[in-house]
Amino acid sequence: MFSKDRWQEIFETIKKNRLRTFLSGFTVALGIFIFIVLFGFGNGLKNSFGKFFLDDATNTLWLFGGKTSKPYKGFKADRRIEFENSDLTDIGQNFAFYLESITPRITRGARARYKNNSDNYSTRAVGPSHQIVEKTIMMKGRYINQADVKDATKNIVIGRMVAKDLFKDEDPMGKYVELGSSAFKVVGVFQDEGGDREERLIYMPYTTRQVLEKNNDKISQIIVSFRPEIGHAGALAFEKQLRLFMKNKKAIDPTDENGIYIRNVADQLKKNQQFAAVLQLIVTFVGIGTLIAGIIGISNIMVFVVKERTKELGIRKALGATPKSVINMILHESIFITTISGFVGMIGGIILLKSIGEELKDFFILNPYIESSTAVFSTFLLILFGAIAGYIPAKRAASIKPIVALRDE
Amino acid sequence: MIEIKNLYKSYKMGNSSLQVLKGINIEIEEGELVAIMGSSGSGKSTLLNILGMLDVADEGDYKLDNVLIEKLDETLAAKYRNKFLGFVFQSFNLINYKSALENVALPLYYQGLNRKSRQKTALEYLEKVGLANWSSHLPSELSGGQKQRVAIARALASQPKVLLADEPTGALDSVTSNEVMGLIQQINNEGKTILVVTHEIDIANMCKRIVTLRDGVILEDKKVKQVLVS
Repeated sequence: MFSKDRWQEIFETIKKNRLRTFLSGFTVALGIFIFIVLFGFGNGLKNSFGKFFLDDATNTLWLFGGKTSKPYKGFKADRRIEFENSDLTDIGQNFAFYLESITPRITRGARARYKNNSDNYSTRAVGPSHQIVEKTIMMKGRYINQADVKDATKNIVIGRMVAKDLFKDEDPMGKYVELGSSAFKVVGVFQDEGGDREERLIYMPYTTRQVLEKNNDKISQIIVSFRPEIGHAGALAFEKQLRLFMKNKKAIDPTDENGIYIRNVADQLKKNQQFAAVLQLIVTFVGIGTLIAGIIGISNIMVFVVKERTKELGIRKALGATPKSVINMILHESIFITTISGFVGMIGGIILLKSIGEELKDFFILNPYIESSTAVFSTFLLILFGAIAGYIPAKRAASIKPIVALRDE
Repeated sequence: MIEIKNLYKSYKMGNSSLQVLKGINIEIEEGELVAIMGSSGSGKSTLLNILGMLDVADEGDYKLDNVLIEKLDETLAAKYRNKFLGFVFQSFNLINYKSALENVALPLYYQGLNRKSRQKTALEYLEKVGLANWSSHLPSELSGGQKQRVAIARALASQPKVLLADEPTGALDSVTSNEVMGLIQQINNEGKTILVVTHEIDIANMCKRIVTLRDGVILEDKKVKQVLVS
């Protein structure tokens, strides 16, 4: 099978039949190249999708206060519902089974100034676990911690864009920023995959915000994250119980739709996952389709090649070639060509994908890639089918009587 | 060298069958130069194909160099062809992408010789047919007579027992026909057994014995006085 003579014979045949070699090699290389690029683009689409929708943690419930629309237990309608610090501890105690973390969020606009630079930013007064639900990534320093909340410290964590605007090239760590009328110490800088908008935020302890606002204990939003193991059904049950509990505590008519709003990200998550699954399905479908097209292309070329060589095979047989040696010769040659060109196409496709990176971001294709195992597997698949596609006509040609093959013009 | 007894061959044509050879008996000694004559449809090419193991007879015995040729599958036929027989065809049947030298060396490849001795032997035979200087040329760069001489060199290279030539001059003009026949006579004079199928009496007369076929039987089998090509 691997004698030097056979290789020499094959190299000579390949060298002297350039067009034929080029045609079959090109078909294989193009087939695998297109497969890899399309598959990679599919993955790029999935990346964009993930970036758009999966930036925040998905196991969260968001509680907002609203206005009641029905009178209840002696309270009039149109009452504004606000949360308080006690709600945090109550939820923590009553729903320990579901709960992963809980954090308040109070959003206020503020003018921030450092030396001569100033601008308007949103500030969020939060607890330590807010970092988890927003998937905030620390670049420098630390996030708001429990001690900050307990002592209502004047520490802040600023976004990457805030640091860039206010501090230019200076290191913001440990510097003081004026927010309204008080000075806050920067203890950390963060980035967020959600983009620039999310990086124009300033985080502070929620207790500090409450002290600034006449020492109240009001909270505008509560964000609760649940343990992912409880699943979608568990999340819905949690939401239902939480709504009931809060309505009861705030004395809202159980049939009143407007007192409290709860946004359940789990619901959204399920939709997103379904969308992602459909995307995956399309990617797979396109991939399989391209592969099949490639296989058909190779089969055609192989049938053509063997047909073209019928007479040559007849001559070889008249000179003493056995059917086996004829089949082996054709297979050896075709596998050699498909392997070389298959891997050329594969590497070409991978290089193209690597070089694209973020360039096709506008077309929702972000960092397209293909797993090397998928690439190698599909290349082997193409080579295998190329060999099978070559074997069938080769076997037929080898079994034709030489006298018939010689008559072929 | 060749012994044939009661050879029958028919081809199926739809429902009817066409009897092509109807009991051929022939014996050919070593060193003979035999012409097989006959008009088209007489069965001469079929006979040659069976002798060349390119086709199989329905009935009858075929002995080649005292080996009974029977139960031929393609693999065994290929082996015998390589060992016993050299072919020369009317349309030369050279492989068009191989040089003259590589064409001559091809049967030696299937004999399992190594590359060096293949090329050495092939060059010797090209020299024998007077084409040593053309060894690196492709068939498309050769004239018809040169192509047939390359084909003869290729047929001889495997040192066969018998050379089978099917209308070897059929595609050549009279001058080159004479050249090729002169080469065949020369090879025969060196002791090689040669069968030539032809329908031209001039060519047949250049052989030592003429077997005439008509309608699948031997009409005449006679030794003749050989016309030598000057």
